[in-house]
Amino acid sequence: MVPHAPNAEGEHPDFPSGSTNPCKLCTPLGACLAFKGIAGAVSLLHGSQGCSTYIRRYLISHFREPIDIASTNFSEDSAVFGGRKNLHTALDNIGRQYRPKLVGIATTCLSETMGENMPMLIGEYRKETGARKAETVKAATEGVVEFPADSPELVHVSTPSFKGTHAEGFHAAVRALVETLAGTAGPETQNPKSETAGKSPLAIFPGMGSPADLRHLRDFCAAWDTEITLVPDYAETLDGPSWSDFVRMPEGGTTVEELRALDRAVAALEFGHSLAAAPATAGTHLKARFGVPLHRMGLPIGLRGTDAFCAALGASLSQNEEGRMQNSESGSASATSAFCTLPSSLGRDLTLPRKLAAERGRLVDSYVDAHKYLAGKKAVIYGEDDLVAGLAVFLAETGITPVLVASGERNRRLAEAIFAAAPELRDRIEVREGSDFGDIESRIEELKPDLLIGSSKGYKIARSLGVPLVRCGFPVHDRLGSQRIQLLGYAGTQQLFDRIVNALLEAKQEKSDIGYSYL
Amino acid sequence: MPQPLEILPSRAASIAEAGKPGGPMNCGKTSVAGSVSQRACVFCGSRVVLYPIADALHVVHGPIGCAAYTWDIRGSQSSGPQLFRNSFSTDMQELDIVYGGEKKLERALLQLIAKHQPKAAFVYGTCIVGLIGDDVGAVCKRVAAATGIPVLSVASEGFKGTKKDGYKAACEAVFHLIGTGDTSAISPYSVNLMGDFNIAGESWVIRGYLERMGIEVVATITGDGRVDAIRRCHGAKLNLVQCSGSMTHLAKKMQSEYGVPFKRVSFFGIEDMSAALYDVAKFFGSEELMEKARAVVREEVGKIYPQLRAWRDDLKGKKAAIYVGGAFKAFSLVRALRTLGMRTALVGTQTGDAEDYATLREMCDPGTIIVDDSNPIELAKFCLEQDVDLFIGGVKERPIAYKLGIGFCDHNHERKECLAGFVGMANFGREVHASVCSPVWNFVPRRASRLRMNGECRMQNVGPDLVSAPQSAISNPQSAIGRAVA
Repeated sequence: MVPHAPNAEGEHPDFPSGSTNPCKLCTPLGACLAFKGIAGAVSLLHGSQGCSTYIRRYLISHFREPIDIASTNFSEDSAVFGGRKNLHTALDNIGRQYRPKLVGIATTCLSETMGENMPMLIGEYRKETGARKAETVKAATEGVVEFPADSPELVHVSTPSFKGTHAEGFHAAVRALVETLAGTAGPETQNPKSETAGKSPLAIFPGMGSPADLRHLRDFCAAWDTEITLVPDYAETLDGPSWSDFVRMPEGGTTVEELRALDRAVAALEFGHSLAAAPATAGTHLKARFGVPLHRMGLPIGLRGTDAFCAALGASLSQNEEGRMQNSESGSASATSAFCTLPSSLGRDLTLPRKLAAERGRLVDSYVDAHKYLAGKKAVIYGEDDLVAGLAVFLAETGITPVLVASGERNRRLAEAIFAAAPELRDRIEVREGSDFGDIESRIEELKPDLLIGSSKGYKIARSLGVPLVRCGFPVHDRLGSQRIQLLGYAGTQQLFDRIVNALLEAKQEKSDIGYSYL
Repeated sequence: MPQPLEILPSRAASIAEAGKPGGPMNCGKTSVAGSVSQRACVFCGSRVVLYPIADALHVVHGPIGCAAYTWDIRGSQSSGPQLFRNSFSTDMQELDIVYGGEKKLERALLQLIAKHQPKAAFVYGTCIVGLIGDDVGAVCKRVAAATGIPVLSVASEGFKGTKKDGYKAACEAVFHLIGTGDTSAISPYSVNLMGDFNIAGESWVIRGYLERMGIEVVATITGDGRVDAIRRCHGAKLNLVQCSGSMTHLAKKMQSEYGVPFKRVSFFGIEDMSAALYDVAKFFGSEELMEKARAVVREEVGKIYPQLRAWRDDLKGKKAAIYVGGAFKAFSLVRALRTLGMRTALVGTQTGDAEDYATLREMCDPGTIIVDDSNPIELAKFCLEQDVDLFIGGVKERPIAYKLGIGFCDHNHERKECLAGFVGMANFGREVHASVCSPVWNFVPRRASRLRMNGECRMQNVGPDLVSAPQSAISNPQSAIGRAVA
């Protein structure tokens, strides 16, 4: 089948004039999600009030956590005369209410279309508050008032919703954070974590994983005895405990200091098959500007995805910590070594921590246990480019064919990204960019999938087909625990894999006239 | 040490306390920038009002966000067509912004109308459309001429006012349909239900009560709404306006244009629901109708009262916070909570006016905090200060309540529980009781530390008493669905 390609205007041939039941959200939502992963950060949307409220409700329904997003609250006047006053008032009020370390400012379609000059407006605000602060400090020195709180970092990201999707908004915000802050640390505050002289921890740009995925990534890297800086890191901020008192901003998140020190990271790993072909990302910035070694790879889902992650981790650590990996490798025969070497899906041997090798071993074992249940099964998967690419490559390992891979994005790189990572899928599956659920529905009757994998938004189709929907990605609005759905790493894949197999078993059991309880 | 929760100086005049002297509340204005308002925008106001018209095509003209966030999230039910549960958008791209989106909109409308055969189409303008100056009205006219169905432009650019302006734009659009249908067979005892959105079948419940009194419901606007019913709704003798904020504009227009009078009512709580039925009987001046209304009230209250009394024993003296969209709902909730033995300690709305807040100051117990257009920090501060046991609000308020160890009842449009009518009061009681009396609060840190301080070791809440709350004792709103469909 010929992979679907949008026409010259980036439009969809079947629905050239719009969208029916979108398989994407708007760019500012992605930016707000990314800013939630920065310690002490508040998001501010420069535009109408509704954007912040809609996005809050959408995110809250998935994460079930408080998510405060401020708005500059445009009126007709601001649309005519510009939003300078609103922006300055909003920043003042956010400072008063939240005392943030960072304000992430995202420009909505309204302010983008108006052409608001954000660097200028933010520069003016910095200047004004700087002068105000100097006066307050003077007064404080004289004992008149208290010393003022430090001014927050202001990071602007351009997120016009008529360009790209929430995924692009997410990546753009991560890039803006890195471009604004990396390399701005003074010499005395550099190197906050790493034992390696002059270096900062390995940076990982994980993409839109779940909080549980992010926690697992930290554990995964801890098994390599290495610290990491996750950007963003909403592992705690979007899956936190019950409070004993009011919490303005939850604990956790990448700190501003960690962001500043990214220029000295030992290496940077950036996840996403499709993102890997994007011209400008957080990772490419660190590489071009500061010479940080960059490894770009798909999401670590499945064996191939996670093996590639291990290989990149091994490579970046051995480059910087001569000796450790070699020692481990030579000691791989010894039962006491923390590392071992085994044949991998990469066509060569892979050295990895024993703990992860055990997780990997269990995953392979379960692939074998389940293979007959999965043979010939067809899945429809949908979501962001990077999620569906990762899922497609993983499913192909198990015997399930991802007959339709649909993304709301229009980057024109999804099909190639998938086929490069899983060549066996070429000519066997349909890849549709710029897709929506109306489009997916139009293909369903012919494809007759056995299951759907993706957000809860596919439920209507799954229900009408009478096939299971395995929920993952964003959003999952109809189940508890969306923030704890895992799919990254061997252990995360294991969880997803078990759910997929069991969904198919359950469907078969439910449809059976006999109803065996022993399968 | 935690910093004190500060109220922004620009917000101080929007907060009052019942029982204390004070001038009129500062309200009805656009939100303070950076205050993290819980409000939405003009588009939201329009979309929320028109959404339940089930056999119409709803097309959002703009980039994808506004359409995506309003796709099939609400509990509004339809007894027939499900077209309204889809999300249609022009999904404007950069080139559409540069060259204008009119052509794309026209193509989209023609294709979608051909495919889905709706009875009418609503086109919602979003922020950008107002900015780039697309002539949506002209496109609608052309498409209406080409397809033969009404195609109505809804001027709902997000920044052009508040949610209330969105309600008004929606009313204007609906008004274009009214007066175009045949009214010949309409009963002299007839009403329209306005401002009920058939969340979890609520319009069917109310329609059921009215039909038992012998009243014909001509159109439900907009819950389980149908274009043809709206076209002929000017033939009804009375408009019953619930959710007065959204629909009073339309009711006033119908009064001046078609001479149909209106009454503001509420269907939440025993008192307000009963008053609504009595008001209808009074309006038609028929003792027979009044007797029927009394019979309905007697029968329905009889069904739920024993259960409410049992819950009341558990809930007596507990305190509640209310933060909802409109003030009329807030009034009803204050009364409904009293029925359950609870006191309202905090009440706020997104769209109340000065008169509404004056009413709240009067009806609430002294010490009750009253807020307009509040935000998470204020709500948390007052919930803690007032030490409430329950929060009634929407999805955005839910995590504030839960994180602080406070029970929660969803009273917003996303809910899937019927809370209107007498059956709704029973469901409301069950929801409140289930949350306030849950054993989980024994373990949340804020409550657990208090138990420890009190030296108590037994669990305070042991959960709802399942034996005393048989589901079957309370009639199911689904049965009303059957009636309405039949």
